[in-house]
Amino acid sequence: MDFISFLVAYWPTLIQLTAEHLGIIVVAMALSLALGLVVGIAISFSPRAAAIVLGINGLLMTFPSLALFSLLVPVLGIGSAPAIAGLVVYTQLPLVRNVYTGLTGIDPALIEAAEGMGLTPLKILWKIKLPLAWPAILTGIRTATVMGIGIGAIAAYVGAGGLGVLIFQGISRNNDAMVIVGAILISAISILTDRLLARIGDRDRS
Amino acid sequence: MIRFDQVSKSYGRNRQVIDDLTLAIAEGEICMLVGPSGCGKTTSMKMINRLVEPDSGTVLVDGRPVNSVDPIKLRLNIGYVIQEIGLFPHMSVADNIATVPVELGWPKPRVRARVDDLLALVDLEPGLYRTKRPRELSGGQRQRVGIARALAGDPRIMLMDEPFGALDPLTRAKMQDEFLAIQEKIRKTIVFVTHDTDEALKMGDHIAVMRAGRLLQYGTPTEILRHPADTFVADLIGSRKGLKLLRLLDCGSLMRQGAAAADLPVLPARATAEQALSEMLRCGCRSVAVADASGVTLGRLDLDDLIDRVARDD
Amino acid sequence: MTDRRLSAGLKVGAYLAAAVALTLYVVEWPQDSLVARLVTFPHVLALTGQHLAIVALSSVLAILTAVPLGLMLTRDWARQWTPRVVGFVNVCQTVPSLAVVALAVGLLGIGATTAIVALWLYALLPILNNTLTGLDGVDAATLQAARGMGMRPGRVLRRIEVPLALPLIVAGVRTAVTVNIGSAILAAFVGGGGLGDLIIAGNNISRVQVVVLGAGLPMLMALIVDALFDVAAEETAG
Repeated sequence: MDFISFLVAYWPTLIQLTAEHLGIIVVAMALSLALGLVVGIAISFSPRAAAIVLGINGLLMTFPSLALFSLLVPVLGIGSAPAIAGLVVYTQLPLVRNVYTGLTGIDPALIEAAEGMGLTPLKILWKIKLPLAWPAILTGIRTATVMGIGIGAIAAYVGAGGLGVLIFQGISRNNDAMVIVGAILISAISILTDRLLARIGDRDRS
Repeated sequence: MIRFDQVSKSYGRNRQVIDDLTLAIAEGEICMLVGPSGCGKTTSMKMINRLVEPDSGTVLVDGRPVNSVDPIKLRLNIGYVIQEIGLFPHMSVADNIATVPVELGWPKPRVRARVDDLLALVDLEPGLYRTKRPRELSGGQRQRVGIARALAGDPRIMLMDEPFGALDPLTRAKMQDEFLAIQEKIRKTIVFVTHDTDEALKMGDHIAVMRAGRLLQYGTPTEILRHPADTFVADLIGSRKGLKLLRLLDCGSLMRQGAAAADLPVLPARATAEQALSEMLRCGCRSVAVADASGVTLGRLDLDDLIDRVARDD
Repeated sequence: MTDRRLSAGLKVGAYLAAAVALTLYVVEWPQDSLVARLVTFPHVLALTGQHLAIVALSSVLAILTAVPLGLMLTRDWARQWTPRVVGFVNVCQTVPSLAVVALAVGLLGIGATTAIVALWLYALLPILNNTLTGLDGVDAATLQAARGMGMRPGRVLRRIEVPLALPLIVAGVRTAVTVNIGSAILAAFVGGGGLGDLIIAGNNISRVQVVVLGAGLPMLMALIVDALFDVAAEETAG
């Protein structure tokens, strides 16, 4: 296990894999956030629809990601497409749930005041509800992103690239240094992303 | 100005919340809707800005049925204050107050000037409070901002749903006085919901007493005190009617004009007759002097006049 | 409460039946001979057993370490360390399971032990976190009353603190076990066996049936455990 020589030999690959990993996450999160906002806002008007959607989402979450990625490959081909699609599925639950609880947890007096003053439902959503739900939504983004980074590593198994490659190749080649460097890089990115998003949340709150 | 014409409303089959309500509220007056909880007072009020729609009957503002007006347009021109105040916590005090003017599309400088005027009107120093967040304010200050926000679009009508209900008794009394002083200046048509009879007597030009969705009596505070329509209204008013009548009278209107002895206690003309009586009891005298704001004596008020006036039925 | 138990029992029964039906379907109506050779009842049963063993062992180890650690960290003499431990735990919880498994491989090599150690560490965090929150959440006045009545610290812990914190501790165990059932799939990568083997095999030979079986069984397993914990949650809530 010679880390130094491994790092020296592989650093361009490491940078490339990290970039690949982050690229997949950014694209998947952007899609997932757009979808999650639409779905979360839509179900915030109907508790029954919310129960159904959140229930389905919860069930999807327990479907093993490895299997989902593997099932998506025949449909979407090898590469980042199945990884992105799978990540959108798995990051939906924290996003939709937090958008929903954020929007529905607002003090009803505020909504009544806004209605009574003559704000249209759309204005109430845009000027009152979404800003007030923002901390909850941001928490959802944080949970989803960190989760996505981990699940994204598994997608390397079906050829999506990213840092998971180090782990899977390392295991099959019996290269401990490679496995550990992969693990450390993924952990570091998860922790850094989590801290960064937490800091954005703290800054917004003050 | 505002008229309820045979308005009824029920939730489900058996819960009649408003039962054939007919009521006319005159321009520039404070109309108090009073009654126990569940009597339909808040529901009635919410029909004016169409937060609640009646099953039958019509609510008219300026002779026009409200259901012929777009609810958003209607609400933008009716001030609305609720007990929970509902200040938007993510906006500054100024942005809260500016909500309706911004919706109405006023130009920015006009909005800014309006915000400052209103802050001054509700006795909050604009320079100090403009940029504050609602959570930095005390309960009383929040409700001041709530009232300023409701007045912002310069509506002719204000709906107030127990606006002072959550305040401590001292702050509540102060806010009532201040609000009456503001109303002197702005002369809005105000529909004010309360379950506090004393508040109704103190604030109202007219009082509508409601019970179980029905209007039991509509009249001035004096009328309600002197001639309660039935035992329910009488019970609602409670005991010590004489003292409550005294509260409705002010020294200025009861006094005899002219000089007063120099050793008498002095009260402002705005003081209530109840305060005058209290002063007499305290000092053991049968008269008080009445003075204007600058301290110039206007006249004298005697105990006998007080008794005569309260006992006389007019 | 019996209603709760009955409905949990029915749920568990239904999930079990679904698991058997799913397996039966793949065994009796395989896509082709490749699937038929790969998926047999004894094989599926063995993999399920491995999966359960990995989850059970790692979870029990996690409970046995996290709960005492939580109890220790909430004693007065250790209080000063608690915030730092909580901070550390929170940071560690963001580390993905695959990374933990990979680290374990790097240190311990390939094998079932590696998988168990990785999942043990991974399950430690939610249990420790909830134990700390649960014990911290016990009303200070209640504790003072107990001490004031002359209870010894050991008694206060057993009679007051643990029972009051139990619902949260159980919730932590529930999270840990449910997550572990999913993470145990990764054991297949490190030669630890379990139902992940089916997914990997199915992926390698591109047979959807096998992948779905390998995914469906742990899913049903998680649902069964969840139903059982519903009852446990009810019982501990008192």
